[in-house]
Amino acid sequence: MAQKRVLMKGNEVIAEAAIRAGCRNYFGYPITPQTEVMHYMAKKMVQVGGNFVQAESEVAAINMVYGAAAAGFRVMTSSSSPGISLKQEGISYIAGAELPAVVVNIVRAGPGLGGIQPAQGDYFQATKGGGHGDYRNIVIAPASVQELYELVVEAFNLADKYRMTCMIVGDGTLGQMMEPVAFRDEEPIVNVEKPWAACGRKGDSFHHTVTSIYIDPDVLEKKNLELQDKYKIVEANEVRYEAINMEDAEIVITAFATCSRICRNVIRQAAELGIKVGMIRPITLWPFPYKAISEAADMSSVKAFLDVELNAGQMIEDVRLGANGKKPVYFHGRLGGNLPMQKEILDKIVAIHEGKITEGGNF
Amino acid sequence: MIDFSVIFAGFGGQGILSAGKMAAEAALYEGKEVSWFPSYGPEMRGGTANCSVVFSDEPIGSPVVNDADVVICLNQPSMEKFEKQLKPGALMILDSSLIKTRPTRTDIKVIAMEASDIASELGKMMFAPITMLGCMATATGCFTRDSFEKSLYEILPERKHNLIPINMEAFDRGAAFAK
Amino acid sequence: MAVVFEPTKGLTDKPFHYCPGCCHGIIHRLVAETLVANDALETAVGVASVGCTYNSYEYIACDMVQAAHGRAPAVATGIKRNLKDSFVFTYQGDGDLASIGTAEIVHAAARSENITVIFVNNAVYGMTSGQMAPTTLVGQVTTTSPWGRDPSYQGYPINVSEFLSNLAGAAYIERVCVTDFKNIQNAKRAIQKAFNVQKNKLGFSLVEVLSTCPTNWGKDPLVAMEWLKENMEKQYPLGCYKGADITFDADGKYVSGAIPATANNCVNVGEVKK
Ligand SMILES: Cc1ncc(C[n+]2csc(CCOP(=O)(O)OP(=O)(O)O)c2C)c(N)n1
Ligand code: SF4
Ligand SMILES: [Mg+2]
Repeated sequence: MAQKRVLMKGNEVIAEAAIRAGCRNYFGYPITPQTEVMHYMAKKMVQVGGNFVQAESEVAAINMVYGAAAAGFRVMTSSSSPGISLKQEGISYIAGAELPAVVVNIVRAGPGLGGIQPAQGDYFQATKGGGHGDYRNIVIAPASVQELYELVVEAFNLADKYRMTCMIVGDGTLGQMMEPVAFRDEEPIVNVEKPWAACGRKGDSFHHTVTSIYIDPDVLEKKNLELQDKYKIVEANEVRYEAINMEDAEIVITAFATCSRICRNVIRQAAELGIKVGMIRPITLWPFPYKAISEAADMSSVKAFLDVELNAGQMIEDVRLGANGKKPVYFHGRLGGNLPMQKEILDKIVAIHEGKITEGGNF
Repeated sequence: MIDFSVIFAGFGGQGILSAGKMAAEAALYEGKEVSWFPSYGPEMRGGTANCSVVFSDEPIGSPVVNDADVVICLNQPSMEKFEKQLKPGALMILDSSLIKTRPTRTDIKVIAMEASDIASELGKMMFAPITMLGCMATATGCFTRDSFEKSLYEILPERKHNLIPINMEAFDRGAAFAK
Repeated sequence: MAVVFEPTKGLTDKPFHYCPGCCHGIIHRLVAETLVANDALETAVGVASVGCTYNSYEYIACDMVQAAHGRAPAVATGIKRNLKDSFVFTYQGDGDLASIGTAEIVHAAARSENITVIFVNNAVYGMTSGQMAPTTLVGQVTTTSPWGRDPSYQGYPINVSEFLSNLAGAAYIERVCVTDFKNIQNAKRAIQKAFNVQKNKLGFSLVEVLSTCPTNWGKDPLVAMEWLKENMEKQYPLGCYKGADITFDADGKYVSGAIPATANNCVNVGEVKK
């Protein structure tokens, strides 16, 4: 049963959702625009008897995550872009050691210290690696506070199920805004056995070891192939996206999270001008909904894609892979922490519709 | 009502962010979709504060508002900045106790009210944006007086319920300017 | 007409963005005046860190480099190793220096890196809205120690000057504050001394300045100054922790006092060994 809707800040909902999902370990380091996750945890995690540690750095925080996960406990850390960069070493180790962890990135504009306004410039970092080695994270991009709640809970289940990092990618808008959220009376927590956890032998005939070092190339290759097999299973089973207004769409917008919300309004405005616009909104950025894009590209009504992002064009590479040259993919992006105005996007749609854009796209 | 959007703007400490939240709560009480999005970070160190609130009968597109239906202004710089972000024909409510000039745009409606003077009569400057909420609700019908009052009873802890009548007085004093 | 006061050339015209009553402005001015007094504005290179002073590179008029959070001493090392005769300093907050940047500061001091660190301790993370810092006092309420810092849960404050002074590489370390005219003059003297230490290639120097954060302490500026005197100075006593006996002549030339064994050697660093 859903409870009554209450107004809450995205960042606070992340913390609340984690606690509801049974997470009793939070390690973090302050950074704007996700500080409220920490402030909430500093109180609430303590009140439920969990562990809250303000680490001395993001490097320390992610290694505390590594430790708690290795011992078999649900654990989360959150940060924003510069801090997530520092966590990449730890995330790579977590992938190598096959540990379940939830990492939240409330993305801000970069590179470097950049700014603190919303951006999506960490798409490559999140979906294509970020740290060293051949590994993947499940990357989830919620678009509303309600969805943030549900997907953070789900992230813990997915992390446990596949023993990988599940990364929630939001941005300053999602973290800072308040929206109604209706909590469930009971969370769909899927508890899995963790026979691999280093929490003491407790009578086992073997000792548990958590490691990511495999000096012998053959052994390491085998380990890597196992990881790749696992990633294939994730790709086959965990793709999530939302298709909006796709029936006989002429132009298909691809956008995730905050951008997708702005585009939702544009779809309505385009309809008033007689242009049929649909949208594919990836919810998992990895695994990416290539098939949905490919099928859209096969639709006879579809003339073109318009990819809209808060970066210089990152997800567009995946959209192009999905479209595979069958239909042109145009781009509209804003940088530096600015959000596109609906009118900018609408103008671009009109231009595409009238055949006035011939290039791949611009800003 | 689809994506009815309001910008609240002024100095930090004037109760801008909480007035925005109260408006959102009132609309939520009516079962509407709502979003509230504040300015954040070092930008606030300069002393300005603003938030965007959107009400809608459908899922809300963007919580970030760049063409508002209403702008509520409590200082001069905000008026100058957000005047540009109103839709044609939209409404600006400004605190004439603090803002001495008027918007240059002629395609918008303007209600000037002595919000801060009324607030000081009522004993707290924090009431200024609440008088302006009363004005907005009455002028646009974005939520009712009743929902506003009932939502206060829901969100405030009981020990603060004694403050609700004076909040309602502020609301009503503002509502008078809408007529 | 006689000029009785003029803005220092060590600061640019850009208005500070600091909150009313914040000590960062005073400390900037002291650094700037020291650069001017020593005719170093044209040669010095400063390193801004990440905190409320992220923008200090816009205010201090010598060349300035912006570093990543906590890494300023490493950045300064890279600069100083190449500009051995220029005054190179970092300007760091307590979160920056004593939390995420502990490795960098310890090793810069251990190497006796010939740089000067201006360390501003305001017992909180100012920039990110008042979280607990490593320097937060026992019992102090912050956004991440909502019931006050409890040592059994969050551990104890770090006394940076005391612990760094145990390192053989540290030449000069002093803690000051800027709560009133007398203390401001004293802080200026300490910064000048650090400048002399670096100029004479004696090695690592650090001046810790106790500072207020009225905004995140939730106190008005004057009350904040009082609070600093009454509470911070108990945990962080003012005084010289290393190099108290180092003296200079009127021209700023080293005269006497215990200095790291590597002192005066720094100039050889990087030279080809036969
Ligand atoms: C890697 C990284 N983590 C976190 C931050 C966010 N951050 C910015 S300033 C700051 C703390 C600053 O506190 P302090 O050094 O005490 O300086 P103050 O603002 O108090 O002067 C933090 C954590 C960042 N910019 N980069
Ligand atoms: S937040 Fe604190 S440290 Fe930062 S400028 Fe304001 S008073 Fe100074
Ligand atoms: Mg500080």
